[in-house]
Amino acid sequence: MKPVNFDYARPKDVAGAIALIGDESRTVKVMAGGQSLGPMLNMRLVQPDLVVDITGIGELKAVTDQGDRIVVGACVTHADFEDLRVPDVTHGALPSVASGIAYRAVRNRGTIGGSLTHADPSADWISILSAIGASVTVAGPAGSRTMSVEDYMLGALEADLRPGEILVSVSIPKLGHGARWGYYKSCRKTGEFAHAIGAFLHDPERGASRAVIGATESKPIVVAAATAFIGDGQGDKPAKGFDANATAKLLEASGMVDQIDRQTHVVALRRAIERAYPA
Amino acid sequence: MTEQGVGASLLRKEDDRFLRGRGQYVGDIRLAGMKDVAFVRSPLAHANIRSVSAHEAIRGQVVLPADLKGVKPIVAVSGLQGFKASEQPILAHDKVRQVGELLAMCVADTRAAAEDIAAQVDVDLEELPAVHDMLKAREPGSALLHEHWGDNVFLETFVDVNFAAALDAPIKVTREISTARQNMSPMEGRGTVAYWDSRMEHLVLYTGSQMPHIVRNGLAECLGLDQVQIRIISPDVGGGFGYKGILLPEDICLGWYAMRCGHPVRWLEDRRENLTAGTNCREHHYRITGYADRDGKLRGIDCEATVDSGAYSSYPFSACLEAAQVASILPGPYDFPSYRCHTWSIATNKCPILPYRGVARTGVCSAMELIIDAIARECELEPHEVRRRNLVRPEQMPFDNITKKHFDSGNYPEALDRAIAAIDLPSIRVRQKKGEADGRLIGVGHSVYCEQGAHGTSVYAGWGIPMVPGHEQATARMTPDGGLELRIGAHSHGQSMETTLPQVAHEILGIDTRKIKLVHGDTEYTPYSTGSWGSRCAVMSGGAVATASRELAGLIKKIGAHLLQTEVDSLELSGGQVHGANGSVTIEEIAHTWYRRPQDLPAGVDPRGLEVTIGYKPQRDSGTFSYAAHAVVVAVDPEMGDIEILDYVIVEDGGKLINPMVVDGQIYGGLAQGIGTALYEEMNFDASGQPLASTFADYLLPGPTEVPAPRLDHMETLAPYTEFGVKGIGEGGAIAPPAAISNAVNDALRGYGVELLRSPITPRRVLEAIQRSQHNQPARQLQGAVA
Ligand SMILES: Cc1cc2nc3c(=O)[nH]c(=O)nc-3n(C[C@H](O)[C@H](O)[C@H](O)COP(=O)(O)OP(=O)(O)OC[C@H]3O[C@@H](n4cnc5c(N)ncnc54)[C@H](O)[C@@H]3O)c2cc1C
Repeated sequence: MKPVNFDYARPKDVAGAIALIGDESRTVKVMAGGQSLGPMLNMRLVQPDLVVDITGIGELKAVTDQGDRIVVGACVTHADFEDLRVPDVTHGALPSVASGIAYRAVRNRGTIGGSLTHADPSADWISILSAIGASVTVAGPAGSRTMSVEDYMLGALEADLRPGEILVSVSIPKLGHGARWGYYKSCRKTGEFAHAIGAFLHDPERGASRAVIGATESKPIVVAAATAFIGDGQGDKPAKGFDANATAKLLEASGMVDQIDRQTHVVALRRAIERAYPA
Repeated sequence: MTEQGVGASLLRKEDDRFLRGRGQYVGDIRLAGMKDVAFVRSPLAHANIRSVSAHEAIRGQVVLPADLKGVKPIVAVSGLQGFKASEQPILAHDKVRQVGELLAMCVADTRAAAEDIAAQVDVDLEELPAVHDMLKAREPGSALLHEHWGDNVFLETFVDVNFAAALDAPIKVTREISTARQNMSPMEGRGTVAYWDSRMEHLVLYTGSQMPHIVRNGLAECLGLDQVQIRIISPDVGGGFGYKGILLPEDICLGWYAMRCGHPVRWLEDRRENLTAGTNCREHHYRITGYADRDGKLRGIDCEATVDSGAYSSYPFSACLEAAQVASILPGPYDFPSYRCHTWSIATNKCPILPYRGVARTGVCSAMELIIDAIARECELEPHEVRRRNLVRPEQMPFDNITKKHFDSGNYPEALDRAIAAIDLPSIRVRQKKGEADGRLIGVGHSVYCEQGAHGTSVYAGWGIPMVPGHEQATARMTPDGGLELRIGAHSHGQSMETTLPQVAHEILGIDTRKIKLVHGDTEYTPYSTGSWGSRCAVMSGGAVATASRELAGLIKKIGAHLLQTEVDSLELSGGQVHGANGSVTIEEIAHTWYRRPQDLPAGVDPRGLEVTIGYKPQRDSGTFSYAAHAVVVAVDPEMGDIEILDYVIVEDGGKLINPMVVDGQIYGGLAQGIGTALYEEMNFDASGQPLASTFADYLLPGPTEVPAPRLDHMETLAPYTEFGVKGIGEGGAIAPPAAISNAVNDALRGYGVELLRSPITPRRVLEAIQRSQHNQPARQLQGAVA
């Protein structure tokens, strides 16, 4: 379990990184925190000629306030969120979810951009950011593109990156005053990837009501009008109105054939909603 | 009890280096010119080998099967009647029988470069149908691993003690109970560094081993060397649990190569090798029937037990250690009159099964304790009542049970009573009736086991495996400044012997434990021993050190008598001094005189001086019987299948505890592994014999947040046959948890009328059981549950 011999570069800016990645004569792999790439290198599942370490690029570690949203560099770590080095604009949602990713050692290095690009269906960022309504910006030889996080993830272990592109930032909306969120992840032990995820956001000020069912076989299922599950969300206990059967049907329609899988995913979403409205 | 003697919770000497990261493991050993090894391993579970070849450019760095001329395969035969021997090749030549089997060895400056070479070795295999299910493997028509056997059975055993008398019992309960195949997962994997020492003319093999002398036996046999040509050094060992008691083909390869290549070579097992090719254990299947009267009194047990022994009989414990033991230990701590047991050790295309902490007992305890609970349900009694009715009673001690196991001492019902009291059963029953606000279901379960430890010659001669323990030896040797060296042939892989054995010597000699050093882990410096296994070191090495210390005390007094000008018989040794009527002399002075001022001693002084090597056996070598009652409360989430342990109580009796803190540590560690067996650990294989986990992302181990802090209570019934009354306790913590936790989960799920009988109890298995349940009438209407 040792990687193949590869070259290593640590560019100082995005342009430099894009130039290196664009070299079509050899296999190039971007490395951020290395928490997913490292094991793949060791097991020789990837055998690059060149590894481009992007963690030396200041721009990718920056956080900027843009009024109604913050823009977070792709190399900001899970621990940066957990420790509030990234200002919290989500009523605690992102710091809380970040603190539940893996173990602290992984969170110290693992990045938000690496997690989204690795596109593991069981990962936390993709589900919670889809619920919050975040978007990503990628840059490449042909300029930059912006899309919603759920569109960035194409499927299991597949992100919408064209040749020569890197993910540069994640844009996170500031939640309104009365916003409520809930997140539930089912895993068997601390630090394990989830078997079922439910994420829920109700933000009346911004007119957003979103439900996400994650840790499926592929990309998370995002329901942009979550009121379908909980009525108008106005009562004091909206989870009571939760429609388990409608949720199960949705999952079935999306190809989740196993009944126990459906049950755990439905329950995860219901519990996420319950957490949004604690007793 | 003194502050440092037997019974003191002395802090561990070894922690000074371990906690500072200064331990010395095989991986820390750097020798000049050392090269690294990567093995080419079989990607298939069962195949004929057409060819294994290396092209010209790499041929010089590759060892192929044909190169190993004259090297013998590993053979571990059991003397039990009908045992069929296997030959585990060092590098496979005709056939491979498990994924990960060695095909070639590649050597380079670094492990990465060695892996580059390994990727270029050409392997041509013709796949054969794999045998992956031990029950199907027993049936006629199955593919065969060792064709000349005619079947896949290493060994079949049968015992019947008055079984027919149980048949008219009013209660008859049958269950199929099984434990998954597991991997023992020491933090440090296997590793070996080998070189030829041309000055000493011997092969030096550093390998983390529980039993260096046994490795030397096996290595000498396979390589055809004299034993004086081999020195095995086992440095610090980062956990063994049985895995480091095994002679591996990798060791033989490295030894063979080191004798020819002129430089040291090293192989460090990586986690993928460890999980997929190295460390299988535990897979048992029981079809067990309990016969009882309506009051829960056991009338008899009938069992068919099958153990998946894997492809080869591993050295030295053999392929039948588990299954053949099942028959003799299944009755556990219970006394009943009728018994029948049929066992099979089955060969399959998986790694050889290896002895893992609690060898065979963990499976046996599950089978027996789950059937007791099932009987209790049938009789509508509390399970603890059924247990108490059948446990061996204190007034029966010493007691020979139905399979002739000799229980040396103990009060089993008291341990159970204390555990039930500590867990506060009545309040849990009340809580269950009330129900939980979060909808989870509470269950309580318990289990009782006995742990035969330190069993010796009379027991192992019967098994007839390559390793039969005899007298355990220790050397006690004074240094010229009055310090003491203890030398033993067993080796610590977490047992804290560097602390506890000096405590034993201190108890007898009064020498400060800081001046007592344990030398172990090197065949060059230590007396022969079968090593550390079978919960034997406290009893056997401890007994040997006590015996040697007493001998040494006699020698010290003899010299003291010269110095005090008095008769030996009038002297007393205490507090590090020899006291006589006319004065005292310190052990330091005595040592100084013997070594540095011999001119002060008379001509007739005892020439043995201040060094003793002597052997020890308990008065009876049938083994000590420690035991415990475990009680646990769990909460089961019926929607997700998750299980949380809310409370865990262990009441155990290890006889005299040399160091209670160390014993607690052994119990904690064992409990963690027992929880792994109960809830997490499982190595699955597909139908082609491929192991389905190759990292800890897929093979789940419990971590710190999954292991609760148990509440421990000790009883101290002294063992009648051993030094100080010590009993072996090293494995117990890992034996009872799967049974106790399964019983607790089944108690929680009573309302559904389902039982979980296969470990680990995963969330999916819980949900499947609930789904299967006929009476889907949960305690509380499940909000939002999906039909
Ligand atoms: C033991 C363990 C447990 C874990 N548990 C969890 C968990 O519970 N929940 C969870 O969500 N995650 C978990 N993870 C994953 C962890 O969060 C990783 O940090 C994350 O998946 C990858 O981030 P990284 O920065 O380390 O990316 P890397 O490993 O460096 O890269 C991952 C992939 O993304 C690419 N990449 C990275 N950054 C960019 C970029 N900016 N532009 C283009 N491509 C890029 C790389 O080329 C590579 O293909 C766990 C990981 C480990 C090791």
